[in-house]
This record gives sequence, structure tokens and C-alpha cells, in this order.
Amino acid sequence: MFTNPDIVKAIFGRLSLESLPLHEPIVVLAFIGTALGGAAVAAGITYFKLWGYLWREWFTTVDHKRIGIMYMILGVVMLLRGFADAIMMRIQQAMAFNGSEGYLNAHHYDQIFTAHGVIMIFFVAMPMVTGLMNYVVPLQIGARDVSFPFLNNFSFWMTTAGAVLVMISLFVGEFARTGWLAYPPLSNIGYSPDVGVDYYIWSLQVAGVGTLLSGVNLICTIVKLRAPGMTMMRMPIFTWTSLCTNILIVASFPVLTAVLALLTLDRYVGTNFFTNDFGGNPMMYVNLIWIWGHPEVYILILPAFGIFSEVAATFSGKRLFGYTSMVYATVVITILSYLVWLHHFFTMGSGASVNSFFGITTMIISIPTGAKMFNWLFTMYRGRIRYDLPMMWTVAFMLTFVIGGMTGVLLAVPPADFVLHNSLFLVAHFHNVIIGGVVFGAFAGIAYWFPKAFGFKLDVFWGKVSFWCWVVGFYFAFMPLYVLGLMGVTRRLRVFDDPSYQIWFAIAAFGAFLVLIGIVAFLIQIAVSVMRREQLRDVTGDPWNGRTLEWATSSPPPDYNFAFTPMVRDADAWWDMKKHGYSRPLGGFKPIHIPSNTGTGVILAGLSTVMSFGLIWYIWWLAALSFIALLAVAIGHTFNYHRDYHIPADEVVRVEDERTRLLAAGARP
Amino acid sequence: MSVAVATPQTAEPVFHVVDEHAHPEGASTMLGFWLYLMSDCLIFAILFATYGVLGANYAAGPAPKDLFDLKLVAVNTAMLLLSSITYGFAMLEMARARVGATQLWLGITGLFGLAFLGIELYEFAHMIHEGATPQRSAFLSSFFTLVGTHGLHVTFGIVWLVTLMVQVARTGLIEANRRRLMCLSMFWHFLDVVWIGVFTFVYLLGTLR
Amino acid sequence: MTLNSPPVDAHGHDHGHEAHLAAHHHGTLKSYLIGFGLSVVLTAIPFWLVMGDVLGNKQATGLVIMAFAAVQIVVHMIYFLHMTTAAEEGWTMMALIFTIVMVVIALAGSLWVMHHLTTNMMPAHDMIRR
Repeated sequence: MFTNPDIVKAIFGRLSLESLPLHEPIVVLAFIGTALGGAAVAAGITYFKLWGYLWREWFTTVDHKRIGIMYMILGVVMLLRGFADAIMMRIQQAMAFNGSEGYLNAHHYDQIFTAHGVIMIFFVAMPMVTGLMNYVVPLQIGARDVSFPFLNNFSFWMTTAGAVLVMISLFVGEFARTGWLAYPPLSNIGYSPDVGVDYYIWSLQVAGVGTLLSGVNLICTIVKLRAPGMTMMRMPIFTWTSLCTNILIVASFPVLTAVLALLTLDRYVGTNFFTNDFGGNPMMYVNLIWIWGHPEVYILILPAFGIFSEVAATFSGKRLFGYTSMVYATVVITILSYLVWLHHFFTMGSGASVNSFFGITTMIISIPTGAKMFNWLFTMYRGRIRYDLPMMWTVAFMLTFVIGGMTGVLLAVPPADFVLHNSLFLVAHFHNVIIGGVVFGAFAGIAYWFPKAFGFKLDVFWGKVSFWCWVVGFYFAFMPLYVLGLMGVTRRLRVFDDPSYQIWFAIAAFGAFLVLIGIVAFLIQIAVSVMRREQLRDVTGDPWNGRTLEWATSSPPPDYNFAFTPMVRDADAWWDMKKHGYSRPLGGFKPIHIPSNTGTGVILAGLSTVMSFGLIWYIWWLAALSFIALLAVAIGHTFNYHRDYHIPADEVVRVEDERTRLLAAGARP
Repeated sequence: MSVAVATPQTAEPVFHVVDEHAHPEGASTMLGFWLYLMSDCLIFAILFATYGVLGANYAAGPAPKDLFDLKLVAVNTAMLLLSSITYGFAMLEMARARVGATQLWLGITGLFGLAFLGIELYEFAHMIHEGATPQRSAFLSSFFTLVGTHGLHVTFGIVWLVTLMVQVARTGLIEANRRRLMCLSMFWHFLDVVWIGVFTFVYLLGTLR
Repeated sequence: MTLNSPPVDAHGHDHGHEAHLAAHHHGTLKSYLIGFGLSVVLTAIPFWLVMGDVLGNKQATGLVIMAFAAVQIVVHMIYFLHMTTAAEEGWTMMALIFTIVMVVIALAGSLWVMHHLTTNMMPAHDMIRR
């Protein structure tokens, strides 16, 4: 029976033993490494009997704080994979001169740069940004959780499901070889008949559902769950940037969903949206994907701007300069981000009138960002600046991002872009703004809010090692790319014939290795901090003398965040409370209403992964069955009306009394 | 930290709410669902844009004039519009807490929805039989995708409707079910709004070309 | 909704469940029937104009039916979706306006951009019926 090809195909689709990349030694090694690492983690969890704990307290949680932490863990894990891709590329490009083909063939190399982009944007930057917003925003607005706690859990697991699919593609089949945006006709069925683009499509569609729902969730949270007295113009600036970010998410991710769906139809059904014949137009894909793509980069950067605003104010000991103009700048950026998308394809041929319109709008959008820069500078001016780690990352951001922003304005000029489009200059520009902005912002946010989440600070020495390696490494890695781009080198190349480039690629590889040390130092920092946590302990809940409401809670906050909902009288609500002699209520606690944990999110995301796997490999029965199961579980979930409980008053009393005791024991004089 | 607790009689400011009622459950639901609908609106906008750009690319195949039966489309439109008003009647009955009447109107709405889908499927089958398949040209690809996506939404709406009828039958018109019926109401009327765009821009303007 | 107004569910006043609901659906039999009647008229006329070639001018007909569509969408928003500036303290209206702006940008932008791209980059064979 198993030799009959029709039956085999019906059961396994196009999956076969050939789908395993046993002939690629690098991939085999990666698999062995990952399998061993994964087995070690699984063994450790089993040995310490933690599966039940993990399932009950973490995987099924609807608490925004735990979900935020899980997002961060996902981001850090995927950073390791995405960075491995980066190092591999740097080595290849530094080697491939004077007739050498390097160590990566084109088939492999093309997957690496595609996976690098997809992973870094969708499974590192987005989860980190979402994780920080998830953790911090409800605390900053004085709420107990987000508007839709179950959806929050579901969103996290859908993002993870997307990441899992990308990881599976490394070991079963292969990934797309099209670049991170998968332009047709290359990504269409004719030129990419294998599973790679299908892995790409389904992992993004699954993760996209999670992101969209999380966008709706956070907008509702900020609009509806603010503490009394917190008007819009009294919200912390990070909450403002989160609101605008989530508006961008809700208003742009549907575009990605629709475009990928059209590509899917072309590949699976044979429609002619983006084909070269039968009336298709591949340029429409480029147009539509960038209507999503440009707001996407603002989704990444706006939360980082918010983090830097909070950090600059806190560590300068001053209120943020120009709060109103910061809000307006953020809103203007949100709206303008929809009017610039064509600058990603000036060279595709739309002509002078179209190009000049979008060139002008692109230059205009740099203005509100410039205004923000000045506001940060003026916040620091005449402040009592403390150069703790978050502030160090902020200063590095300000210097680095300005350079990246300037090269962006340079690229905004269409004639200049005609020379520099798709060169290494472009690659340097976007890494400049993403690393200088989003990555530095994530590290600043982690250093800033880690003590809140875990009750102890991060080790300073290893933090500084990580910082300096990252910053110096970044400059060594990407400044040469500006030079190479101006010399005319195209992106995504594997082999070079002009030996004068090699020195620059060698410097860039050195920079990448410095960053690698920086990442390792970051991991060491976490480990050392956990080991030294008693020395790094913070019992006050407010280690940085913060200004916003999250610092009013204990570190870590109780499950319910606030025993009593705060009442807000001014911006920088916690600073205002401290100034006016606020004293923590010590009694009169009431039972608190809390949503229950649920496993439905995990199950739905798991079924989505199975369904995607079936669709990718043409295992139609598997796809159909899992789709039906998905519907059944989702509908079944809605028949459960009792998804909450109350924390009894004496439990609240116990938690709050414990905090009172700790505060008294560690009281500041 | 001082132990004194602020009392209402003194001039000290109050920093926390003592007498609170929890945010009513489901307070965010209507806004949240509306935001989801707005995102759905954008998906349709992209499908309309695609139809706008590619809708004249017949690839020497059939054009709207050759395919569209406006009488059938008019009947279909009537089915959907009637389903909107019957859903409205269901909501009026829900406001009066009359379970039986609500279920009746919901059921009729579902039937109109099924009629709409049936007619649409018949139209598609006829077109495909004539050789006007989604693969034939970019015009047909975008036609089937835009109209088909709308039809898929109607299908999900009907599944949701049936689910809610079962839930209302089991637990009555409790608060949670009312919220869900209101969300489905928004969804259902929104689909009729999209259909206005479809029959205008696809069928009527297509016939005019 | 202003930037300085308190958050939506400010404490200090009690929401009864009924009050909460009433804030959300304001349909009456009369308003539903008016909406339905208007929609029927606004649908029938465009169909009649096209099927009967009443105006004799394709461009004019096209513009008229598009205008009717826009009006009917507004009718649906008001009479079926109960869209008002007060709903959810103005946030639903704000979300709707923002979405409409996005839709217009995506539609108009795509049509403009793609028209230029297609003209410049896809010279068509004379025999293709466009």
C-alpha cells in the first residue's frame, strides 16, 4: 500500500523523506543543536516537575503581565535564530571574493536573508514591542488588565504559532527564497513551486491574526479602562504612543492579510492577480504590501519613542518637555505614515508626478520625529541626569537614530533613490533606524521595567558590557555598508568580484561579532541577575523614583495590580501622588473580580499550526480536519459563560499586608 | 511612609477610589467589535482596490456585459436587504425581552441569508460552467475574490446566527447573549453596507462599461 | 469626546444594566422601517437607471449610481447601525472617520499609482480589449 503513489500522496501530500534537508550539513548541525537544547530544557522542566505549574500559571494565563513576559521570551529566543542568520551572512559576504564562492550556496543563502528579515521583524521586534506594551500599559493607566484578557492570551499563542512554523521550515522542507516581502512573480507558483513561500504565507497569516486582535485589545483598554481622572492629556506618553501604535496595527494589518490572501489564491487556486499573463499585474502586490509595510515600521518605532520619553523624563528628574507637542507629533506621524508608502518603490516606474508627491510627504514625516528629538534634548537640559542603563540606551538611540533618519531623508529624494535603491546604503539605513530605534528601545525598556516585573534590578556590569558591544558593534557592522552602498554594491548578493569591497565586509563582520558578544553578555546579564537577585532586590516597587502609575505597585505587582483603583489628578500621576503626600491604603480591602485562566488559546493556536502545516504540504485531509476542529473549539468556548472568579478579600489583605511589611523593612530614610 | 489614611473630611486629596464597582463585564465589547469591523472594512477596501486596478483586464475573455444577470443580482440584493430589516425586528423583540419572537425573526434572517448565498452560488456555478472561471483572467480573479469573500462572511454570519439561536434557546436573553446579538447585528448590517459597494461598483458599473 | 474629558466609564455614576444597553441600541420600529424604505428606493433607482439605460449617458449614470450608493451607506449607518456622534463617547465615529480616510487613501492612492505604473511599465498590445 505504501508504494502506491496515489495513496501516499493522499495521506502525505507533497511531504516525503526528501523534505528533510539531510544533505545540508549546516542545517543538520542546526537541528542537532536545537534538538539538544530543546531536549535539555524539556528534561529540566520534567525533572523539576514544572509542567503542571507552567500550564496552569503561564501557558493558560490571561494576566497581561505574564503574557507580556512570555512575549519578551519569544522575542529573545527568536533573536538568537535571526542573529544566527545575520552572522552567517556576514561571514559569507566577507569570504566570497577572488573566485571563492563562500560556504553557502545560493539556494541556502537566499533562504537565510529571507528568514533573517521575516524573523527579526515579525518574531523579534513585534513580540518585544507588543510584550512591553502589554506589560506596562494597563499598569500605567491604573487598570487591572486589558479589555479582553482571553483574546490577549490567544494573540500571544497565535504569534508563537507563526514562529513555530518558521522554525519547522528549517528542518522540514525549506523557507522562502524571495526576500522578506516575497514579491511576485518570484513568489508565485511558477517560480517558487516549493513549500518555502507557503511557510512564509501561513506563518505570517497566523501571526497576523494575533497581532490584529492585540491591536483591538489595547485600543479598547486605553480608551475604556483608564483610572478616573486620567483624561487623554494626562496619560503617560508611553500610553499615547501605544495607542497610536495599536491604531496603526488595526488600520494596516488587514492590508497584509488581504495581500497575502491574494498571493495564496494565485498559488493554490491559479488565479491571476500577480501573474505576468492573463491580465495579472505583479506591481499591484508591491503597491499593496507597502501600504501595509510603511505603517509597520512606525508600529515598531512608536513604542520605542514612548519608552525613550519615559526614560528621559525619569532619569533627568524632570517632567517630559513639551508633552502636548509630543502627543501631536505622535498623532501626526500616525496619520502621515499612510501617505508615504511609495518611497519604497520609487524605481518601479510610476513617473515624476507620483514620485515627487511621495518624496515630499516622506520628507515631511521626518519633521515631527525631529520635534521629538528636540523635546528629549530639552527634557535632559538642566536635569539631574542619572546614567543608569536605560538612560545610556536612550542617549545611544538619540545619536544613532538621527544618523539613520538623515539617511532616510536622503533616500526620500527620488533621484538619489534611483541610485541607492536596493543598495547596501538602503540596508544600512533601515538597520540604522531599526537597531538604533527599536532594538535600543527594547533594551532600554527591558532595563527600565525588569525590576518592576521581577522584583530585582538587572546586573549593571554585564548590562554595560552588552551595551558597549551592541553600540560599538552596530557602528562597525553598518557604517561600512553605507560606504559600500555609495560604491554601488547591491543588496542580497552572495559573491563579489571587486576585491576593493572586501575590507568593508570584513569590518562589517567584525562589527557583527561584537554584537554577538553583546547578545551573549545580555544573556549572561539575565543569568547573573537571577543568581544575585537578593543583592539586586528592590522592595519599594519604585527603584528609579519613577513618575507614572506602574511604579505605585509592588515589584512584581500583585495579580490584580491595584487593590484600589487609583484616582488621577495630573499627568505624571505617581509623581503627583508622591508630591502630595499620598499614603497607601492599609485596610478596607474588598474582593476583586478576575478572569479565569483558559487553555483554549493554546489549543486554537496549536490547531492553526496543524492546519497551516497541512495547507503547506498539500495534506488536504489534515487541513480540513483541523479547520473543523478549530471552528468546533472556538464555538465550544463560547458556550462557557463562567470564565471568572473573585479574589477573596482576605487574600487581598494578605498580599497587601506582605507589601506593607516589606516596605517597612526596606524603608528609605 | 506615613500610616495616616486620607479621610473625606480633611482637605487632603483622595488618590484612590474606595467605593468602586468593577468595570461592568463586557464594557469594551461593543467598541472592540466595532474596531474589528473597521479592520474588516479595510480588507474589503483592498479587495475593491484590486478589483479597481485589475477589473478591466479581461485577457480576451468574458467581460461583465457577457456575464452579469442584473435581474438575479437585484433579487439577491433584495434578499440581503430584507435580512437586514428582519434582523432589526429581532433586535426590537430582544429589547422587549421576548425570546420566542426574537428567535423567529433570527430564523427568518437566516433563511434570507441562505437564499442570498444560494443565489450567489448558482450564479458562480453558472459562470464557471460557461468558462468564466476565477483562473480565466485577472478581472475574474478579482470578481470571484471580492464577491466570494463577501459571501464567505455571510456564511460565517449564518453559522454565528445559528450558534446564537442555540445559546439563546439554552440560556435565554441574558446579558452576555444580548451583547453577542448586538455584535452580530453590527456584523450583519456591515455586510449589507459592503454589498451596496459590490452591487454598485462591480455589477452596475461593470454593466455600464 | 474631547482630549480633556474623563475616561469613558468614570466612577461616580451608576450604570444600571438597562441604561447600559439603551445607550447601545436605539432602534425603533419606525426608524428601521424608514431605513428600509429609503434603502429600497436607493437600490431600485440605480438598478432601473442601468437596466433601462434611462439617462442615455454612461458617465452620468455612473456618477449618479455612485452618489446613490454613498447616500445608502449613510442611511445604513444611521438607521441600521445607529451611528451617532455620541456612541461610545464619540470613539466609534472617530474610528469610522479614520477608517474612511484610510479606505480613501488606499483606494485613490492605489488607483492613481497603478494607473501611472501600468501606463509607463506595461505597454499593451493594441488588440487587448481594455
